[in-house]
Amino acid sequence: MHIVVCIKQVPDSAQIRVHPVTNTIMRQGVPAIVNPYDLFSLEEALRLKDQFGGKVTVLCMGPPQAEEALRKCVSFGADEAVLVTDRAFAGADTLATSYALAAAIRKLNSEQKVDLVFTGKQTIDGDTAQVGPGIAKRMGLQLLTYVSRIVETDVDGGTITVERRGEGGVQVLKTQMPALITMLENTNEMRFASLPAMIQAAAYQVRKWSKEDAAIEDLTKIGLKGSPTVVSKVFGPTPRSEKAEMLVLENSTLRDVTLTLLQSIFTRQPTLEQDLLDKLSA
Amino acid sequence: MSEPAKAPLKPAGRGRNLELSEELKAYKGVWVFIEHERGHVHSVSWELLGEGRKLADQLGVTLSGVLLGGPDEDLDKFAKEAFSFGADHCYITRDPVLKGYRNEPFTKGLTDLVNKYKPEIVLLGATSQGRDLAGSVATTLLTGLTADCTELSIDPVTRALAATRPTFGGSLLCTIMTLAYRPQMATVRPRVMAMPRGDDSRTGTLSEDTLGLIETNIVTKLLDFIADASSNKINLPYADVIVSGGKGLKNPDNFKLVFDLARVLGGEVGATRPCVQAGWVEADRQVGQTGKTVRPKLYIAAGISGAIQHRVGCEASDVIVAINTDPNAPIFDFAHYGIVGNAMQVLPALTQAFKAHLDARIRKVA
Amino acid sequence: MTAKQHFDAIVVGAGPSGNAAAYTMAKSGLKVLQIERGEYPGSKNVQGAILYADALERIIPDFRDDAPLERHIIEQRMWVLDDESFVGSHFRSEDYNKPPYNRYTIIRAQFDKWFSSKVREAGALLICETTVNHLIMDGDKVVGVSCDREAGEVFADVVILADGVNSTLARKAGFHPEIKASNVALAVKEILFMPEELIQQRFNIKEDEGVVIEMVGKITDGMMGTGFLYTNKDSLTIGIGCMLSDFKANAAKSSPYQLLEAMKKHPSIAPLLQGGEMKEYCAHLIPEGGFFAIPKVYGNGWMIVGDSGGFVNAVHREGSNLAMTTGRLAAETLIEAKAAGKPITEAVLKTYQRKLDESFVMKDLKKYRDMPKVFHENPQFFTTYPELINRAAQTMLTVDNVDKKTKERQIFSSFRQSRSFTGLVGDAFKLWRAFR
Repeated sequence: MHIVVCIKQVPDSAQIRVHPVTNTIMRQGVPAIVNPYDLFSLEEALRLKDQFGGKVTVLCMGPPQAEEALRKCVSFGADEAVLVTDRAFAGADTLATSYALAAAIRKLNSEQKVDLVFTGKQTIDGDTAQVGPGIAKRMGLQLLTYVSRIVETDVDGGTITVERRGEGGVQVLKTQMPALITMLENTNEMRFASLPAMIQAAAYQVRKWSKEDAAIEDLTKIGLKGSPTVVSKVFGPTPRSEKAEMLVLENSTLRDVTLTLLQSIFTRQPTLEQDLLDKLSA
Repeated sequence: MSEPAKAPLKPAGRGRNLELSEELKAYKGVWVFIEHERGHVHSVSWELLGEGRKLADQLGVTLSGVLLGGPDEDLDKFAKEAFSFGADHCYITRDPVLKGYRNEPFTKGLTDLVNKYKPEIVLLGATSQGRDLAGSVATTLLTGLTADCTELSIDPVTRALAATRPTFGGSLLCTIMTLAYRPQMATVRPRVMAMPRGDDSRTGTLSEDTLGLIETNIVTKLLDFIADASSNKINLPYADVIVSGGKGLKNPDNFKLVFDLARVLGGEVGATRPCVQAGWVEADRQVGQTGKTVRPKLYIAAGISGAIQHRVGCEASDVIVAINTDPNAPIFDFAHYGIVGNAMQVLPALTQAFKAHLDARIRKVA
Repeated sequence: MTAKQHFDAIVVGAGPSGNAAAYTMAKSGLKVLQIERGEYPGSKNVQGAILYADALERIIPDFRDDAPLERHIIEQRMWVLDDESFVGSHFRSEDYNKPPYNRYTIIRAQFDKWFSSKVREAGALLICETTVNHLIMDGDKVVGVSCDREAGEVFADVVILADGVNSTLARKAGFHPEIKASNVALAVKEILFMPEELIQQRFNIKEDEGVVIEMVGKITDGMMGTGFLYTNKDSLTIGIGCMLSDFKANAAKSSPYQLLEAMKKHPSIAPLLQGGEMKEYCAHLIPEGGFFAIPKVYGNGWMIVGDSGGFVNAVHREGSNLAMTTGRLAAETLIEAKAAGKPITEAVLKTYQRKLDESFVMKDLKKYRDMPKVFHENPQFFTTYPELINRAAQTMLTVDNVDKKTKERQIFSSFRQSRSFTGLVGDAFKLWRAFR
């Protein structure tokens, strides 16, 4: 099997803060990590490789420093890593990104036939969940998103059966490969890399492709030019004018404070008391 | 609600097209994709109709719902509901292959309708079905899609949709527009927009189209649907009362106090992302930017600092009560009432107070 | 992948000493593996931080081309603080404004990232999120390390321990005893963001110029320690540290965090911090035992560099330059031994000790060898003297009806009353001993 896993290097958004004066993002010292959602997809791909043999290639469209993220994936067990990097990709929205990645995957396919493509469910910096479906559409791949479990893979028959999370339940879908899968989070746990794998990854030379290497011909489809969405402004949320009415514990007992609070709540939200009573009597 | 902190950036041209062509200017109308599963419409579709109605009114165009489904599904009934929530028209496509959601037939169904009737705006719920469909449709139509919007408005100058969404992990907001492509697509998470009032007296028009796909040509087969066990269902987005706990509770055992209060109030229990990640409670309880958006009548936050990622998930609540030992915690910036104190003491006190109050009221009635 | 991985050198730790060692060895063509337990180099490191250009120049001569540097220091202020006042000496020179600059303030997170990228460019292999559990011994020779990952053994001719103040490896292997609380300081610091122009206005500097303020006195609440304030490009770093043993003995009174908060409120310091926002807070241990606390730093197949070896000159607050220098010297020892075809035994690695002794590292540490003991046993240097000095200054500088000679007498008598004549003489002697 040849499985391609698309990953993205993102700033660890849990650690990002906004400068209170200039309202800009303080990126200083915020570590860049592999998009956590991608790791669930990578682990799933590695499990398929463990089961059926073959090769896992990790692919990323990004700036030069994204090499680190790819290297991390190699340490987990990916066989090959390709970084598609070019100034022309800058400013790409999801449509332009899926165009570039689809082209790169087609190129990888010409080297060795690709059976499955995995992407992360979404990124923690963009949160759109659009690139996976975009790649599938452009490449004519069957799309399976929000997969909670891979039920069965028939490599010879070229089919794959999955459970896909929907509202109120799980769909069981069966389709033909090549297909594109996005895994739901917490569906698996990433393995720990062995020491030899870590050392090998440290020494690994990531393949770097420019747009020409990725066989991208139509430059109007990549980067800023190929992005229909335009960011017209970025701003910080306005602080609310009224802050919370503070109930002070020092001067009164906890009991008194809670009683005061209850009164305030019921006055402010008149229908609430009746709702609570209805629930109790039900 | 949200204001630019500095002057709005002009969209950088850099050689790309920002002008709408004459052909695309002819695209008119606001559409909402109405998501349904096994007999029920997902309420996010009604929330979107409420929002869509405002947009359509601003533009002076019609608001339409789009219904795709199997021949024996109750699409006419759904259409009537859509009219009551503000739709002027519904487009219906019926076909056996549209029974149960699958990417390929639904993408074709929606794309064909868009190409035929040319709406300027298409809105979908940011659910697993909605996001799957939106990404595929937007790529097929080669147009712009903005996900997880928290605010939608019409820019008076360009008449374009201004879609605001969080960025950089929620620390900032950004407004995104699709200026030179149509339709402008956007997804919105459930409960971000308010549920509109239904007006049963409203009526609308219907039109029906065909799909043109046969089952044998569709590669992905839907073999089964396994419903979740309903007993343990946590329904956070639609709860009227939520008591939430954060890392300030210090250890998972203290969550019992949160559950106790929720029980007395007949409410649900929520939690912050760090608690979920630490394994203290189930992931379904996560309230926040990457969890659930909630708008209960009463939201009690215990031991929660109030970081922006959590704030966006709960700030639409009618009454927010915050309990935190740190008087400078950001949660006090948007809560309605605050107690600087130890949640481990305040929660049981609140539980007792509510219980006593409600019991007394019931006894009075009895 | 070969079953048994072998390198010329394994460096445990990717802080300044580990990076210096790894870079120097890799640059000369040796096969180096560097193992860091943090998520990325620098994630476990904390420093003020001041970069001493000389030490880094000897490793990467053209570091100024692309290293992330905040401000070059042109002014040093030394303050002795009382509760509401301070007596200070400043030194500022235009010579410090002539490149190449001698000291810079840096932000460690960015600097370490840069230094590590250089190490990898030089050809060393770096793996992170990997902890070395113990050294692999063959008799009394260190032949490799065992890590907390599957198939976690890797071998080398020499293992260089650059694993910081909390190092357990050398202790586990029995090379030296546990670190004593009286030999480390616990320091805490905060970074406060402040617009560049405001910093420049307030500290009387221009773009790129920087000020360092070192403080001693009542801010450490009677404990042995110092405080500091550095100007970065658009932030200030403020911090304070005291002997860990003192914190433990005074646990009820002052925690490091409380000391820092009190220091920030000091009337001479608070105005400097006005308008600063967004705290980034961290804490770390600093070796402060000086000369006598330095363990054996080389053996059969191993060398110790940086904080792990206690190489910190607390008097002058120099640590990172000693770290880089010891790292470089250890590397050079190995390079020379390899070039001469010698086996990497204890006898051969003794050269490392010799290099240390000949360098400013051991010379300075030896000079101040008595300092830790003297200051630790004489808290009056941190309480009484700052008070006396401040009051003396106030007395002399207040213009009132009192004649100057009376003022002088008042000052002398206050000193004598406080410390007694013999006490004063004794203190002078102790100071002399400490600084000799």
